[in-house]
Amino acid sequence: MRRGDVSHPYLLHEAEIVTRVQEAPDIFTLRLRFSAAARQRDYTFQPGQFNMVYLYGVGEVAISIVSDPEDDLLYDHTIRAVGRVTRGMAALRAGDYVGIRGPYGRGWPLPQAEGRDVLIVTGGLGCAPVVSVIHYILKRRERYGRLIIMQGVKHANDLLWRERYAEWARQPNVEVIIAADQGAPLWPWRIGRVTDLFDQVPFDSERTSAMMCGPEVMMRVAVQQLLARGMNEADIHLSMERNMHCAVGHCGHCQYGGKFVCKDGPVFAYPQVKELFGVRGF
Amino acid sequence: MKPKIAVHKFSSCDGCQLAFLNAGEQLLTLSELVDIVHFVEAGPVAPDEQVDIAFVEGSITTPHDVERIQRIRSQSHYLITIGACATAGGVQALRNLVDGQQWINAVYASPQYIASLATSTPIAAHVKVDLELWGCPVNTRQVMAAVRALLFGVVPEIRRDSVCMECKREGNVCVLVAKGQPCMGPVTQTGCGALCPHFGRDCYACYGPAENINTPALVNRFAGLGLLPEEIARRFLTINNAAPAFVDAARSVQP
Amino acid sequence: MPKPKNKQTDPPRYPLRYLARASLPALLDSLRAAGYRCIGPQLKEGAVVYAELDTVEQLPRGVHDQQSPGEYRTQASEDERYFAWANGPQAIKPWLFAPRESLWQVARDEHGRLRFRETSPQVTPLAVIGARACDLAALRLQDQHFLHGAHPDPYYQARRESLFIVAVQCSHTAATCFCASTGDGPRAERDFDLALSELNAGYVVETGSQRGASVLAALPLAAATAAQRDAARQQSERAARLQTRALPGRNLRDVLFANLEHPRWDEVAARCLSCGNCTSVCPTCFCHAESEQPALDGAHSEHVREWDSCFTQGHSYIHGLTIRAETRTRYRQWLTHKLGSWHEQYGRSGCVGCGRCMTWCPVGIDITEEASAICGEGT
Repeated sequence: MRRGDVSHPYLLHEAEIVTRVQEAPDIFTLRLRFSAAARQRDYTFQPGQFNMVYLYGVGEVAISIVSDPEDDLLYDHTIRAVGRVTRGMAALRAGDYVGIRGPYGRGWPLPQAEGRDVLIVTGGLGCAPVVSVIHYILKRRERYGRLIIMQGVKHANDLLWRERYAEWARQPNVEVIIAADQGAPLWPWRIGRVTDLFDQVPFDSERTSAMMCGPEVMMRVAVQQLLARGMNEADIHLSMERNMHCAVGHCGHCQYGGKFVCKDGPVFAYPQVKELFGVRGF
Repeated sequence: MKPKIAVHKFSSCDGCQLAFLNAGEQLLTLSELVDIVHFVEAGPVAPDEQVDIAFVEGSITTPHDVERIQRIRSQSHYLITIGACATAGGVQALRNLVDGQQWINAVYASPQYIASLATSTPIAAHVKVDLELWGCPVNTRQVMAAVRALLFGVVPEIRRDSVCMECKREGNVCVLVAKGQPCMGPVTQTGCGALCPHFGRDCYACYGPAENINTPALVNRFAGLGLLPEEIARRFLTINNAAPAFVDAARSVQP
Repeated sequence: MPKPKNKQTDPPRYPLRYLARASLPALLDSLRAAGYRCIGPQLKEGAVVYAELDTVEQLPRGVHDQQSPGEYRTQASEDERYFAWANGPQAIKPWLFAPRESLWQVARDEHGRLRFRETSPQVTPLAVIGARACDLAALRLQDQHFLHGAHPDPYYQARRESLFIVAVQCSHTAATCFCASTGDGPRAERDFDLALSELNAGYVVETGSQRGASVLAALPLAAATAAQRDAARQQSERAARLQTRALPGRNLRDVLFANLEHPRWDEVAARCLSCGNCTSVCPTCFCHAESEQPALDGAHSEHVREWDSCFTQGHSYIHGLTIRAETRTRYRQWLTHKLGSWHEQYGRSGCVGCGRCMTWCPVGIDITEEASAICGEGT
């Protein structure tokens, strides 16, 4: 038996909630700092990776890290209160403590996308894993070409971070296209499904990398749209979600065919998952 | 202020209340965490007090019950049914399948004094139930885990896996496969710790139906063991007689 | 990791020895003297199960078994043999991958500070007596899963490192055995410390490790005669020959994933109880769920893992959605993983042909039959 928690793959580290931001009625961001200074100093991650976040006495959930990897003071988790644990987490306040272990999994292929255009496609209520990509690229703007952000929401009122999108849209060489299935008064963006928007934004399929997350139905249609416009399968990356307990490939819950989403993903190149993508029940 | 708890009783044997009364040290801990304002069997009587959590034992079998459960619901923030009677009608729901008045006439000398409904129904048939704890009886672990989760501000977690999952973890030998006993484990909800198979006897489904069960397949298997239709029906209709999945299974063999 | 030991370099060749049955107690003594707690087969509750073994008297002498899908019975006989049966419901798995185990504890103080503490596995070195070839094949797969990734499981690892294996070469075949078709038996060729071939009056003993040789050092052994060696070999060959079931191929990955909408999935779902017995008795299944057990007073909590199954609702639950809500997709997950995607994960099928999933299936679903129906015979 090895001693010390370094070799113990399941043991958590205490972290303090420094700030809590309510993003929407059921979405909140926790800005965290490890209690142990050494842990905080040594902690590094890649955009797209996730942590297991533990609510005392209740359990752990896998949550994507949305802050910038070079921010070594704090790291952020944006959480939607949708399950038993995350609803409980919604009650956490600044000054409370949680348990953290991670980071886990493979993140976005950001180094490989350098020098290329990046097309982000997301759906649902603002998708945390790609927010980290957007921040990452904006902070290192000179390393990437065009940045196109496509976001679909069901209802105009579901769009989180409206100001943030507006701010992104003002940046040079960034295009933001947002569509809502249903509009609302003063909705500045489009009406319609995000997947119908690919025609509106011509992109160079040779020099564009696509990164997407959101409901699988949405991603499926988006992949078809991208392939139809000549994009290489290998240039399409997507972030998958499955049930996770251990996060290190042991517990078996996150299996997607032969892949363990926790360690082989959560970000996959499309060819890795295309065999089962769209088959119900995996 | 401490959260308030009430324990109410309807038609039942009182056995589920023992999950609290027999809890030993945990009962003391509980009384430090919450105010137990109404629990007749334990002493406190305040049936009309507003509470955070109401535990309800027993099924609805009289016109008075029908009224009383409405009142309890209106004064309880979170309502938890405990046991087979409250969640699935209990043993007394066997009357739903026959003419109960006939029995009353046969049993009582002066049946006119008996004010009883024709059916025994679960609490959820009358009011909104926030959480169902199955079992005949429920055990201390179930009720205390529910209180603990609510105190943590989260919904209590109910596993609805089959008894088999727990039975195998316990290392029991399967009584159906190795002894040909008509074990109900494959269609019964976990929570008891596979108690009966642990002592070498077949599960009789006191924790009610598990999630995603296949009763026709088990009915076929029991028939293969030589059980008569009446015997198979009785396997499903013993404790949880108003659980739809079990009623349907029994009717499929004995319409 | 002491194992696999002698795979790359040529194993030292140990001569075959012979141990008279009357001297079997000396083997237990020697194992105990070497610091092992002995675990061995015993007849309990109508089945041969593994439990703490104090004396050879507890071994299932003369017990034979009869197995078929959904049915298991034992019969007593005058036979002097202890191992004249095919595998019962469990062998090695529960001793290494515990059915339930605490992973860590946490205490919360009055300021809300959390103190996490790992639990250490309680490890007494175990000697498992009676493991079969299929069990050893399954052990190699569980080793791959729990030990050979980036995060070795410390609990499995601690017990695995101290495990001593006395294998027994199968002499009896159950109707549910099909290890010959998966290439995993009935002869155990490696990964044991000792292997016994049980004959009428004693055992031909193979040595598989230095540790095995040490345990043998004090025993009254003779060199195995040619006749004894022949008898042992013939017994194994006969056990293989008597197997009546087979999977339709060693690698069914592509054909299974090409048949995800095969009507057979619906047919088997109509029979399947979705109870999870198959996965619990499967010696290679590794799925487990983690859960929290807080103390009632809220001052501390324990994080526990226990065997789970792809047949439970919780297995595919994700924020309000169950990906596999019905039996068809759960059974399909089990079979496409066991016989299919294991190849991607661990370079071979996850089935070792032990037949437990069909014997211990309450409704007798036969994995070889289902695989054949879906993949076609002779794929």
